[in-house]
Amino acid sequence: MYTIKHYALTESVSEAWELRQKGKNRVLAGGMWLRLGKGNVINTAIDLTQIGLDTIEEDDGVFTIGCMASLRQIEKHEALNNMCGGLIRDAVSSIVGTQFRNTATVGGSIYGRFGFSDVLTAFMVLDTQVKLHKGGLIPLDTFVEMPYDKDILTEVRVANTPCEAAYESLRLTTTDFPMINAAVSRTDGKWRIAVGARPMKARLLAAAENLSACPGEAELDALEEAVKTELNYGSNKLASADYRREMAAVLVRRAINRIIGEDRT
Amino acid sequence: MIAALTVNGRSFEEDVRPDEMLYDYLRRHGFKSVKCGCDTTNCGLCTVWMDGTPVLSCSVPVLRASGHEITTLEGVRQEAEDFGRFMAAQTAEQCGFCNTGFIMNVLAMVRELENPTIEEIQHYLEGNLCRCTGYEAHLRALRNYLAIVHGNSRMFEEGEVPEDAARL
Repeated sequence: MYTIKHYALTESVSEAWELRQKGKNRVLAGGMWLRLGKGNVINTAIDLTQIGLDTIEEDDGVFTIGCMASLRQIEKHEALNNMCGGLIRDAVSSIVGTQFRNTATVGGSIYGRFGFSDVLTAFMVLDTQVKLHKGGLIPLDTFVEMPYDKDILTEVRVANTPCEAAYESLRLTTTDFPMINAAVSRTDGKWRIAVGARPMKARLLAAAENLSACPGEAELDALEEAVKTELNYGSNKLASADYRREMAAVLVRRAINRIIGEDRT
Repeated sequence: MIAALTVNGRSFEEDVRPDEMLYDYLRRHGFKSVKCGCDTTNCGLCTVWMDGTPVLSCSVPVLRASGHEITTLEGVRQEAEDFGRFMAAQTAEQCGFCNTGFIMNVLAMVRELENPTIEEIQHYLEGNLCRCTGYEAHLRALRNYLAIVHGNSRMFEEGEVPEDAARL
């Protein structure tokens, strides 16, 4: 649980950014994870709910998702999900429950770059950029590696480029944190593969760039090895590093098979 | 800061602590149907509607609810009672501790999903934990409730009829 000394319902992103630069002030996105911390003392909680950042708009070939849009909104957004074969819906559907997803936000999930995130892994395999108030537009895979700072993530932009995509995760129970997750997309024969919950934050697999449009078994065997060796894995109370390493390769192959399955039939 | 919100159609306006949660606020104002089970955003017991959307009141600061319309179980009393009695008649509950949050989410689902399938129902209600029933009794009763009260017989095979219809 957190303690909040002051609460600011901000009227502009600029106002929120100014507040964020000072001391122990925090942006309150969904607040779902923040409230689970112990002894969090926030001087001023910066609330962005009143400045219209909770919409999903489609324009000029780009989906612009406001940082305060809920996970439920992206789960239910038909055009966004049609673009990527339901990838986003599949990725968020096991996150706790409907009420939780109505409250948790896209901005909070992406800005947090949490190691357990399903949302981050899924957006990594789409043509995604984040918009920071001062930092401007940054590709998501670059943003993921950046240190945490006091900028404010206002939008997530996803190119409306139709692709085939699949999401896989392994959980102890349906709505638990993922022990390991993987997202795969194929756009015009080019693959993007991300593995998250390793338990480090999601990362793209470089070996995916060399994968042929419709890989055979030998190529997939080699890719499995790359999944195991190119990425690093860690242990926590959910699973060991060795277990995650083995399962990551299985999930990636399973996701690819779901995409190329139709080609084979 | 001043929080101004509507609860079950009644307006409230008062100075609140910056970190008071909607759950605490509602309890403080006598809406005792709202309970806190886990306080870790997992159990669904504290479910209320914010502008008609089910949310976890344990995780929404009351200042964020300012300007919004909140509905608790007391605000849908008759519908909740009808459904609760139906569940009891179907012997679908045991201790009943989880049922206020469960009922709020079921009634939200009925409004949001048109003729849901059993898979859609399971998915929608995943965020409501029950440690007694194992969910099978819930689903059995819900399937009958939706068929009898809402005319959704999609979950029934041809020729199959809802169970215990006479108990309504």
